[in-house]
Amino acid sequence: MSLNPSLLLAIPLLPLVAAIIAGLFGRSIGRAAAAGVTIAGVAISCLLSILVFKQLIFDHAPVFNEAVYTWLVSDGIRMQIGFLVDPLTVMMMVVVTFVSLCVHVYTIGYMADDPGYQRFFSYISLFTFAMLMLVMSNNFLQLFFGWEAVGLVSYLLIGFWYTRPTAIFANMKAFLVNRVGDFGFLLGIAGVVYFTGSVQYTDAFAAVDRIAAEHFTIFNGHAWNALTVICICLFIGAMGKSAQMPLHVWLPDSMEGPTPISALIHAATMVTAGIFMVARMSPLFEGSDAALGFILFIGATTALLMGFLGIVQNDIKRVVAYSTLSQLGYMTAALGASAYSAGVFHLMAHAFFKALLFLAAGSVIIGMHHDQDIRNMGGLRKYMPITWITSLIGSLALIGTPFFAGFYSKDSIILAVENSKLGWISEYATWAVLLGVFVTAFYSFRMYFLVFHGEERFRNKPFPGEHDHASDDAHAHDDHHDEAHAHDDHHVATKDDHGQAHVHVPHESPAVVWAPLVALAIPSVLIGGLAIGPMLGGHFFDGAVLVNLEKHPAMEMVAEHGAHAMEMGLHAVLTPPFWLALAGVVLAWLFYWKKPMYPGTLAARVKPLQRLLENKYYFDWFNENVIARLSRGLGATFWTVGDKGLIDGLAVNGSALTVGALARLVRRVQTGFLYSYAFWMVIGLALLLGWFLVGAR
Amino acid sequence: MITLQQMLLLSGLLFAIAVAGIFINRKNIILLLMCIELLLLSANFNFVAFSRYFGGIDGQVFVFFVLTVAAAEAAIGLAILVVLFRQRNSINVADISSLKG
Repeated sequence: MSLNPSLLLAIPLLPLVAAIIAGLFGRSIGRAAAAGVTIAGVAISCLLSILVFKQLIFDHAPVFNEAVYTWLVSDGIRMQIGFLVDPLTVMMMVVVTFVSLCVHVYTIGYMADDPGYQRFFSYISLFTFAMLMLVMSNNFLQLFFGWEAVGLVSYLLIGFWYTRPTAIFANMKAFLVNRVGDFGFLLGIAGVVYFTGSVQYTDAFAAVDRIAAEHFTIFNGHAWNALTVICICLFIGAMGKSAQMPLHVWLPDSMEGPTPISALIHAATMVTAGIFMVARMSPLFEGSDAALGFILFIGATTALLMGFLGIVQNDIKRVVAYSTLSQLGYMTAALGASAYSAGVFHLMAHAFFKALLFLAAGSVIIGMHHDQDIRNMGGLRKYMPITWITSLIGSLALIGTPFFAGFYSKDSIILAVENSKLGWISEYATWAVLLGVFVTAFYSFRMYFLVFHGEERFRNKPFPGEHDHASDDAHAHDDHHDEAHAHDDHHVATKDDHGQAHVHVPHESPAVVWAPLVALAIPSVLIGGLAIGPMLGGHFFDGAVLVNLEKHPAMEMVAEHGAHAMEMGLHAVLTPPFWLALAGVVLAWLFYWKKPMYPGTLAARVKPLQRLLENKYYFDWFNENVIARLSRGLGATFWTVGDKGLIDGLAVNGSALTVGALARLVRRVQTGFLYSYAFWMVIGLALLLGWFLVGAR
Repeated sequence: MITLQQMLLLSGLLFAIAVAGIFINRKNIILLLMCIELLLLSANFNFVAFSRYFGGIDGQVFVFFVLTVAAAEAAIGLAILVVLFRQRNSINVADISSLKG
C-alpha cells in the first residue's frame, strides 16, 4: 500500500484554507467560528498526519517522493511542488500538527480578551501550513518557500501587538537577522543548483561526490572545497532560523509576541527548521568535515553561553527563551557530531516539553494578571496546582532527569559529542555540553523555585502602575523592555476587573488553558523512552538520514545505548550529566528557596561577570552600535553620494539645468521686436546669397 | 533709353529703403506697413523690368496678382492694426513685444 498524494496534499492545505477563512472573513463569521474553523483544520491535519505516520511506519508503505504540481520549467530546472514523505518528515509532521493543535486550543483561553482574536487564529493556521510545506518538501525551492513563509508569519506574530514600539522593534530585528541567515541559505541553494542543474534533493544527494571534487576560488589564491562552502552557506541559513550564535539575537526579543506564539513558533517548531534542514541534508553535510566542525563549534558555544544568560533573566518568558537557545545549541552540536538522528530526537522531545514550559509560563502570566517578572511571583504552587505539576514535569524533562524525554535525547547528544572525531573542536564541545547540563538545571530550577515555591512575593508587590524603580533599574540592561512593562501595567490597571484593590491573588487558568498543558505533559514524560529504541537504536531513520559511519562513528555508540532504553535510564546515576544536573538543582534550591540572599551577595562579588551577562555579552550593543551604525552610515553615504548626488543631482537635475542654461542663451534671440526679426532675416538672406554666389564660382 | 541695370538699381534702391525703414523705424506700425508695401512694389518693379527686357508680358501679369494680394494684405494689416490700437492704445512698435522670450 502506498501513500495517497491527495491525502498528503490535504495535510498542509487544510490549515491554509482555515487561515484564509479566518483571516479574510473573520469579521463576518465572528470569533467562535474563526476559532472553530482553524482548530478543525489543524485537528484534521493532525489526524491525517498520524494516519500517514501509521501507514509509513507500521504498515511499511514505501517512501513517497513525487511532484504533485509543476510550476515552471526554466533552462532545464524543473520547479515543482512535491512531497518527500519519509520517517523524518512524518515525525516532523506529527510534532508540528500536534503542538499546533495544542496551541490553537490554548489560544481560545489566552487570547480571549484580545481584539485581534480572528487575526491571531488566521496567523497560527497560516504558520502551520508554511511549516508543513517546509518539512514535506522534496526540493530546495519549496523548502525555501516554506522557510520564508514561516519567517513572515513569525514577523507578523512578534509584532502582533503592533501598537507597542518594542514589538515593532523586535519583529524588525527578527526579520533583519533572519535576512542575514537567509542570504547564506540562498547562496547554498544557488551552489547546489550551479553544480547539479536541479533543485531536487535526490539530484543533489546523488551529486555529492562530484561536488566534493570541485573547488571555488573566493579569495585570491585560496581554493575552497565546493561542498564545504555549500554546506556552510546552508548552515548559515540554519543559524538564522534556529538562532545560533551570533545570529541568535532576535529570539529573546521575539518574546514580545503573545505567549502561544512563543511556544509554537519560537520554541517548538519554527526555530527547529534549521535543525531539520541540516538533518534532511545529511548526505551533503557528511561529505564535509570542515562544515561539521564549524557546526559543532557553533552549537556547543551556543548551548553553553546562552544557558548562562538564562540565569540572569527575570522575565519568565525570557528565561524560557534563553533555555530554548541553549537547547537549540545542543541539537546543533548533535548535528555537528554527525548524530543527526540524536539531534532530531532532541528536537522532537524538546518540542513537547518546551511548548509545555512556554504554555505553562503563559498560564502563570494569566494567573499573575499579566505580570511577567519572576521576582514578583513565588508560592504559586498552592494557587495553580495543574500549572505547577505540568511545569515541574517540563522542567524535569528539560534538565534530563532519568526516564523523562529530555534525558534520553540530551544524554544521546552528549554521548555523540564525546565520541565525535573532529579534533580539538570535539574536546571543546564535550566540555561545553557537559557544563551546559549544570547550567540548564540551575536556570530551570531557579525559575521553578522562584515561581512556584518560597515566599509569596506578589503580596508585597506595588500596585500595578506604581512600578517600583528598583526593579526598573534591574531591567535597564534591556532598554527596550521598560516601555513594554509600563504598557503592560497600564493594560492590567485598566482591564483587570477580577483582582482586589492591592494584592492580586493568582488563580488557576481555565480548562482550555490547562488541557493543552496536560496533553503536552504526557509526551514530555513518555516520548523519550518510547522513541529512543526505534529512533536511535533501531532503523527508524534509515534512508532518511545518512551517516558515514567509517568517518563519523559517534552514532554507533549512541545506537548501542539507545537500543536499551531501560538500562540507559538505570545507569544514569553512573554518568556525569546526572550529577551535574543534580548539582544544578541543589544549587538553585539553595540560592532561590533556602537562602534567597545568596545570589545578591554573589552577584556583588563578581560585578564584571554580572554586567557581562546582563548585557548579553554585548551582542545587542555590538549590533546596534557597530553593525547597524555602519550600515546606516553606508546607506547614508550611498544615499547622499549616489542617489542625491549622482542620480538626482547629476543625471536628473543636471540635464534639466543644462537645458535651462542653453535656453536662457537662445532666448536672447527672441526679442519680440519685429524689426530685429526682419533685420536677422535680411542678414540671413545676405549670408545665404553670399554663400550662393561664392559657391557658384 | 533706360537700361535694365538702371531699372534694377532703382528696384534695389527701393528695396533697401523699405528694409531700412522696417528696422530703423521703431515708432510707428503704419510706417512699417508702408515699408512692406514698398518691398512688394520694388519686387513688382523687378518683374516689370525683366518683362520689358525679355519682351514678354508674363511678368506684368504677375504684377497684377501681386498688387491684388498686396491690397488684400494691406486691408487685413490695417484691420489688425485697428484692433491692436484698441487693445493697447498705442501704435508704437517698441511696445509690441509679447513674443519676447
